Amino acid sequence: MLYDVLIAPFADFDFMRRALVGIAALALGAGPIGVFLMLRRMSLTGDAMAHAILPGAAVGYLLYGLSLPAMTLGGLVAGFAVALLAGAVARATELREDASLAAFYLVSLALGVTIVSLKGSNVDLLHVLFGTVLALDDATLLLLAGVATITLMTLALLYRPLVLECVDPGFLRSVSRAGAMVHLLFLALVVLNLVGGFHALGTLLAVGMMMLPAASARFWTADITRLTLVATLIGIASGTVGLLISYHFGLPAGPAVILVAGGAYLLSLALGPVGGLMRLLLPVRHLEA
Amino acid sequence: MSLFAAKRRSGAIRFEDLTLGYDRHPAVHHLDGEIAAGSLTAVVGPNGAGKSTLLKAIAGALSPLDGRIRIGTGEKPRIAYLPQAADIDRAFPIAVYDLVAMGLWGRSGLFGGIGRKQQAAIGEAIAAVGLTGFERRAIGTLSGGQMQRALFARLLLQDAAIILLDEPFTAIDARTTADLLDLVRRWHAEERTVVAVLHDMEVVRRVFPETLLIAREPIAWGETASVLTPENLLEARRMIEAFDPHAAVCEKAAA
Repeated sequence: MLYDVLIAPFADFDFMRRALVGIAALALGAGPIGVFLMLRRMSLTGDAMAHAILPGAAVGYLLYGLSLPAMTLGGLVAGFAVALLAGAVARATELREDASLAAFYLVSLALGVTIVSLKGSNVDLLHVLFGTVLALDDATLLLLAGVATITLMTLALLYRPLVLECVDPGFLRSVSRAGAMVHLLFLALVVLNLVGGFHALGTLLAVGMMMLPAASARFWTADITRLTLVATLIGIASGTVGLLISYHFGLPAGPAVILVAGGAYLLSLALGPVGGLMRLLLPVRHLEA
Repeated sequence: MSLFAAKRRSGAIRFEDLTLGYDRHPAVHHLDGEIAAGSLTAVVGPNGAGKSTLLKAIAGALSPLDGRIRIGTGEKPRIAYLPQAADIDRAFPIAVYDLVAMGLWGRSGLFGGIGRKQQAAIGEAIAAVGLTGFERRAIGTLSGGQMQRALFARLLLQDAAIILLDEPFTAIDARTTADLLDLVRRWHAEERTVVAVLHDMEVVRRVFPETLLIAREPIAWGETASVLTPENLLEARRMIEAFDPHAAVCEKAAA
């Protein structure tokens, strides 16, 4: 019985196994990235960047159809362009980075939707927006695994300056010129994960895989190392449960995964020991000192 | 104390017809002179006098509108700068120990390891500011005074020839101020150049041998007792705080 519910779908169907591996790879990279986005108060930046990669992917699609390399490359170019432009405007002018990012991503999104609608039906647009987690081929799996590998290795190298940039950017500026570089590399990782994510979940839902586990993790621990671990685990668990639900109830897989991650967030919000609602509603006696 | 024992008499700061400001309006106007290596100088003046601007420029965070700042002779010495309101994210989950350890950046940099010797130095710095026992506390749980102690511990580890403090004792209680002033005296004894922006004239008279009184233009500069006279202080207060939006181009600059 339990076997039928939990194991059989993955044991019997290749596409379910592939989806599971793909989502696990995505969670490995996107979890830690989401944690840093949250700690840097950039939770909505992921959303903006996800919109920004659309025209690039769309141009790739327009020229070569549903081709993985073309759409990946296009997405990366568009994402990096918006990140670099927004960063450059923020550093060169009075406009803050959030405002310049908003300006560029909105233009980028409008451009993307226009390009997609130039050619192809609404089904294609749905594919770009919501992904095809149940149709991951070898190349896409390799891309997702590659993105996770690059992300984890780069984060390990950048860890010290990245944390410093979050806590005390003024101090980092006073001792080193690495700040701007670190910020850009971090944004590059965000773009990389979103581009990887949109093949599996689509541009809109890839952000969910990044931010929902991170926001959930914050209710369980306040330590950065543990935050990244908890976020990654929540991501993988949401992926597994979401795929099973979509299999048993015939729901679309991508949204099911994100809805489960959303459920995990609500659960953490209610029960989490670090600032969760239950902790607030059930006061504990205070200590002597 | 081996890490801190280095005597560094290399931190002279020379101002040459220095004008600093924002959007062409000067906040510091035609400053000339030198802060000697190893000296202990207070910068005083009314609000808006350009004190913080001057420190920012020495730290390299602001480029001059005119003139220049020469620091040290030959190789540029290390500068440690504590801004007035450090833009520290107090909600970030990081421990006091790790915040203080950032002071080692100058030696450990991006990837350098923190070995036994450095760990001992971090422990010593935390002990020197009286925060022993707080090592694993998150910075968000510290009081204002404790946070300032932690930042001073980080300054200690930076082991810089020039130390710039912008209103370090504002909203800090007497005991913490006294403890931190002991550190300032120790830096002075180690012949580091210390420049501090201060408002408490009593502290300036007691601890700082040299004073620069500034109100956009330098009013007086030299031995503290001769600078902090009632006449000089009155003149400084007369300085206009708001800048004139229709100010003409400075004649002195064109000459």
